[in-house]
Amino acid sequence: MLYDKFQYRIMGDRSVLVELGDEISPEVNRRVREFYAIILENPIEGLLEIVPAYRSFLIIYNPLKIDLFMIKTKMEALKKKIGKIKIPEPKTVEIPVVYGGKYGPDMEWVAQYHKISIEQVIQLHTGTTYQVYMIGFMPGFPYMGELPEGLATPRRETPRTVIPQGSVAIAQTQTGIYPAESPGGWQILGRTPLKLFNPLHSPPTLLEMGDLVQFFSIGEEVFKQWQQ
Amino acid sequence: MAAVETIEVLTPGPLTTFQDLGRFGYGRYGVPPSGALDTFSLRAANLLVGNKENEACLEITMFGLKIKALRDVAIAVTGGDLLPFYNDKPLSMWVSLILKEGDTLSFRGMKGGCRSYLSIGGGFFLPEVIGSRSTNLSSGFGGLDGRPVKKGDIFTAHLPEPHLETEGRWFPQDLIPRYKSEWRLRVIFGPQDVQFTKKAKTTFCNSYYQVNPQSDRTGIRMTGPIIERRPNVHESIISEGVIPGAIQVPGDGQPIIILVEIVTGGYRKIATVITADLPLLGQIKPGDIVKFEQVSLDKAYKAIREIEERIKRFKEGLLCRPP
Repeated sequence: MLYDKFQYRIMGDRSVLVELGDEISPEVNRRVREFYAIILENPIEGLLEIVPAYRSFLIIYNPLKIDLFMIKTKMEALKKKIGKIKIPEPKTVEIPVVYGGKYGPDMEWVAQYHKISIEQVIQLHTGTTYQVYMIGFMPGFPYMGELPEGLATPRRETPRTVIPQGSVAIAQTQTGIYPAESPGGWQILGRTPLKLFNPLHSPPTLLEMGDLVQFFSIGEEVFKQWQQ
Repeated sequence: MAAVETIEVLTPGPLTTFQDLGRFGYGRYGVPPSGALDTFSLRAANLLVGNKENEACLEITMFGLKIKALRDVAIAVTGGDLLPFYNDKPLSMWVSLILKEGDTLSFRGMKGGCRSYLSIGGGFFLPEVIGSRSTNLSSGFGGLDGRPVKKGDIFTAHLPEPHLETEGRWFPQDLIPRYKSEWRLRVIFGPQDVQFTKKAKTTFCNSYYQVNPQSDRTGIRMTGPIIERRPNVHESIISEGVIPGAIQVPGDGQPIIILVEIVTGGYRKIATVITADLPLLGQIKPGDIVKFEQVSLDKAYKAIREIEERIKRFKEGLLCRPP
């Protein structure tokens, strides 16, 4: 649900978390994206960084230049622009995935957990269009939802110390992609040959908040060709 | 601008990376700030050799780095005392001095703190990647192609010669922070302090926490009395942006101070270290003892102004020095 009023929570003496709603949902996330666009269009002196997320954004500021009271005042004034600006159209990105086998070490466990076949897991995962709610955890990692009901899966009890680059994984009602090798606790279903983060590109990530994602299944041969 | 070969790495030590004041404005892409953990020491090191405050320096962790000068260059070493030696003599820290061609500089142990900063006059020649020269190790970009310094690396500098004139500049003794092994960190409660029990907040402020060896540039992990969340709240929260200094408490009730290599997180945070104390986080090492002390926002702002005042006093002192 969207809150009637913004909820401000201070994070130390130089940042404030602004919460717009109490849940992970397309509606709340859309509002975050819209308000983020409003702030970008109306730059405020003294802000160092804004980190948009599922249902909040974090404002990091230079306390020698601006204070909390000023930030709140500006935010409340900018609220009047909600509904009056055009937010950038999300792009749809199709992402190839080689599912299962050595590329998806948790595939069998996930299939057994839901008492369905591997084929059905793939059908479920590719049968939905996901929304990118936020990019976080590491550069380019997209948090996407929602998984179809029959695929919501708890995290692994013991996180892995190494998850290969490109791994496509799920946890609870979300799905994500590891842009670089990393430790992690999500259940790995497969791997994509696409690069999700390239520091030399602008923007540096393949996906941005708000984008729509459609997975499709490819074979190992195609995966290898794609990598080249 | 001419860049010339200036420094050769003889041994790299366990972790030496290039860092500047960090990378801002890319949080929406999941890009963390990175940058020097002890920004105060980095700024001082740069000012001593006549650089801009934000120039990239070597951040040396614990011990082991040994370098050789390939030409005369002004340098300064600040931050933790890692027993720096100039050839075979102890080297003075927090001053600008000249390494002559062929001289070596080595870091031989940990006497106080755990990270030293080495600046060179003119600055290391490195490309900016996503707005900064800082190394992001986990995603492998920035600094030296996103990797730590290794044996045989040769660093180039921008026109080091004019900076030789900075020789002898010193940072006033009374402005240099003292690094011990017991730390008092000032914090402000929030953003999720209300989701912890009253007792937990008292425990948090009245206990001593010991720093674990698993600490790195992502976070300082600690062990001590358990900080309990309220019984009706879930272990994790909906992921949100985080800043260095935020103290998250996962399900096991042991606090972790977030450092510079992450930008979002899904654990609740009981409190956040004030900006003025952030540079100290870079000097806290495994085995050290940490105690948290709650302060008001007003006090926190006063403390930031004090830090800036120290840097300003130093800069003014530089201007007053006779030519």
